[in-house]
Amino acid sequence: MESGQRFSLFRYAAPNVFYPLAGRLAPWFAAAAVGFTLIGLYLGFFVAPTDAVQGEVYRVIFIHVPAAWMSMFIYLIMAFWSAIGVVFNTRLSAMMTQALAPTGAMFCFVALWTGALWGRPTWGAYWVWDARLTSQLLLLFLYFGFMALTRAIEDPRRADKAGAILALVGAVNVPIIYFSVKWWNTLHQGASVSLTKAPSMATTMLMAMLVMAFASWAYTIAVVLWRVRSLILERERHTDWVGEVLDARGAQA
Amino acid sequence: MLSVFLEVLRRDLLLAWRNRADVLVTLSFFTIVACLFPFGVGAEPNLLRTIAPGVLWVAALLATLLSLHRVFSQDHTDGVLEQLLLSPEPPVLWVLAKVLAHWLTTAVPLVIAAPALALLFDMTQSATGVLILSLLLGTPILSLLGGVGAALTLGLRGGGMLLALLVLPLFVPILIFGAGAVDAYLSGTGANAHLMLLGGGSLAALALAPWACAAALRIAVE
Repeated sequence: MESGQRFSLFRYAAPNVFYPLAGRLAPWFAAAAVGFTLIGLYLGFFVAPTDAVQGEVYRVIFIHVPAAWMSMFIYLIMAFWSAIGVVFNTRLSAMMTQALAPTGAMFCFVALWTGALWGRPTWGAYWVWDARLTSQLLLLFLYFGFMALTRAIEDPRRADKAGAILALVGAVNVPIIYFSVKWWNTLHQGASVSLTKAPSMATTMLMAMLVMAFASWAYTIAVVLWRVRSLILERERHTDWVGEVLDARGAQA
Repeated sequence: MLSVFLEVLRRDLLLAWRNRADVLVTLSFFTIVACLFPFGVGAEPNLLRTIAPGVLWVAALLATLLSLHRVFSQDHTDGVLEQLLLSPEPPVLWVLAKVLAHWLTTAVPLVIAAPALALLFDMTQSATGVLILSLLLGTPILSLLGGVGAALTLGLRGGGMLLALLVLPLFVPILIFGAGAVDAYLSGTGANAHLMLLGGGSLAALALAPWACAAALRIAVE
């Protein structure tokens, strides 16, 4: 931290401090996202070998799996920020939660869509009522519910707090939904990547998938930082510092 | 402390009794939704027998959903909610009393009506028994989780649709275990596991949901 200033965890929780920081960080993450995507797609489409059983169609996993991971991670991060917001009553954490939701829903949709495209040639059906697909679909509804609730409440403070409660209730329910649906029906192939046993896929395939996972992380961070900047400007539009920022921007144009 | 619980419970039950048409409407809704299915899928007895647990559970879920607005909206409009929140009593207590009143006036009538509907679907007597048991154990979760949703959407435009979007995904596990209990019983594996999970879910919801509900109410009234 700056010289002489005591390190404070909450320094960047102030929107006017976070706004310029987010502005400085976002382009770097965006560049990283583009870089990782290019490398990951190159590895995935040109370097990784053709799958012995599934042929070329398996290559959709380089988008499908990172998107599915990301959609679940983002809900966890939303729950994390919601808990922070409930405990410390910080405004920025609620803005982060709301900035994350659309990206999470997008990844959820991408995972479902690419899964359907993969399922048609592999399983012979675009959709099967399997545990993972179904819980992913329910996760999409949880995202929609969160976004609908926070948009329906006009007072931003109430929207923040209501959204935080909903995200936390949802986070408690996500594992319950997952295991109940798993019990209900399981057809999806088991996880190919796991931390406890050696992965059952070629190293280049794994590399490509991990690089794509990094790409989706970087993309998410960049997009969320930009979105949170807009939210900050909108929420803090009555303050002096936003006026200065907008004036400076007007002078540049 | 207990006196608050009992007083709120008594008051809500009295209000429900005075507006008993509401309870009957919910019950009629439950019946009519269940009766729509044979028109949609055909009246083949074997098919009806297979889908009966799922149909009755979905109907119970929707009936609960449509009755959820009753838990808090009236008190929100006339200011009782605000007074309750201002009172020194812990909100969790009277929230629990209100949810219990909702369960007694919504779920219990559904459970009583379910055997008659099971007859329409030609369910066997013992399977009906399991269905009743699963409804008794599972519907408290619907009221408790639904109460959280109702508190979050209190006083919002389009609150009804929004409430459905919020709580229906969370109701899926209850539907799975509730309807699954009957299927498991019929297939011979026994319904114990499903019923125990429903009971455990009810206890967990009983422990956690009133707090979330009270927090949501405080936000709504602020």
